[in-house]
Amino acid sequence: MTVRIIIFARLREIVGAAERPLTLPSGALVRDAWAALAAEMPALSPLETSTRVARNGRIIATDEPLHDGDEIAFLPPVGGG
Amino acid sequence: MSLGPRELRRYSRHLLIPEVGLAGQERLAGARALVVGAGGLGSPALQYLAAAGVGRIGIVDDDVVDETNLQRQTIFGTEDIGKRKAEAAAQRVHAINPFVAVDPLALRFDESNARELVALYDVVLDCSDRFPTRYLVNDACILEGKPDVYASIFRFDGQVGVFTRDAPCYRCLYPEPPPAGSVPTCAEGGVLGVLAGIVGAWQASEALKLLLRIGKPLIGRLMLVDALDGNTREVRFDRDPQCALCGAGATIRQAREMQYGEQEARDVEEIEPSELDETLREWALLDVREPHEIVLGVIPGAIHVPASELEARLHELDSARRYVVACRVGAKSRWAVQRLRDAGFSRVRHLRGGLLAYAVEHEDFAFF
Ligand SMILES: [Zn+2]
Repeated sequence: MTVRIIIFARLREIVGAAERPLTLPSGALVRDAWAALAAEMPALSPLETSTRVARNGRIIATDEPLHDGDEIAFLPPVGGG
Repeated sequence: MSLGPRELRRYSRHLLIPEVGLAGQERLAGARALVVGAGGLGSPALQYLAAAGVGRIGIVDDDVVDETNLQRQTIFGTEDIGKRKAEAAAQRVHAINPFVAVDPLALRFDESNARELVALYDVVLDCSDRFPTRYLVNDACILEGKPDVYASIFRFDGQVGVFTRDAPCYRCLYPEPPPAGSVPTCAEGGVLGVLAGIVGAWQASEALKLLLRIGKPLIGRLMLVDALDGNTREVRFDRDPQCALCGAGATIRQAREMQYGEQEARDVEEIEPSELDETLREWALLDVREPHEIVLGVIPGAIHVPASELEARLHELDSARRYVVACRVGAKSRWAVQRLRDAGFSRVRHLRGGLLAYAVEHEDFAFF
């Protein structure tokens, strides 16, 4: 299946893009999407525990399943003011 | 609180809106808002709260206006450099609207005063710029039953949300802060000045809606602003049953400031800015700033390996050599020292406070 990844703030700086498609085996979970991205970019790993993930506009736990065509947003904490 | 003829004239454009009207404007005149942080977000928020006629506005900030603030902190002018932010901002609020009472609180918002301050106001705007303060504002607000109107910014991205006692809180959204040093502050990563204006004004709008009891507040919804692509998105989130503050088995009963970064700081050997010149006689300087930051000033002879490329370029460094690692403010360098330690480098230290702190002590070092 293919999902659309949307990336914000600090993560966007690391990934170098605001959006990208990601192909995953069927049955993949939210955390598998993160793992696939982090495997490409190890600099993401310090942010894993603090980044929240939204599937189709709702924040969910990382053990939730993904479906073809889902929009997955990675939201790292932002502290500046 | 009833309004006099001059106030009716001043607020006439509000009085024309049915959702505000005379009753709403009087409600604002009797309302109290606390703004934590008079910086990029606080600047627009304070100006709009003042202009809107919120009767009492508290401004907490223990900092002093610096020239690098002026690119986004539009409540200050060039003549304010060196003044206390709380006081300079209070003067501006008074100049905008003399009908508003201002409390300039030139102190640090910390666990000794958090709940006491929050209790004095009807709504709190979290315009702070560090994670421990954000958690402290959230905890004090939820414990005191006051709404926390939250916003944060980084480069082109902003977040806005409202946390209340009977809805999801900041800890439901982000149970724990990111590892110290993994998320740059505006001082380190930079921010588009006008983003602070957009997001801080949005925050003021949420605060005014809550005070007026109109519209649909951003409760359980996080607004994401992307100034680079020119769009906004909303994500919904629920209360976390395991939230340490508002969950069933909550463990947080008092507003305490979290230890943040200090544990790591003890584990990483540091050198003081005053020791750098001496140390560099025998140690190499490893500058881990990103390429675009280098134009802000360099120390001659430094080796440049951006933090983002450190893992990939470890082979360029010699684990037997001694390195002082430096970045702009000392966050990335701390992270880099830990990475280097993990990779078998035993003699690495980081420059506390970064090149910015070094520049403060060395006037001949041109750094911005
Ligand atoms: Zn909570």
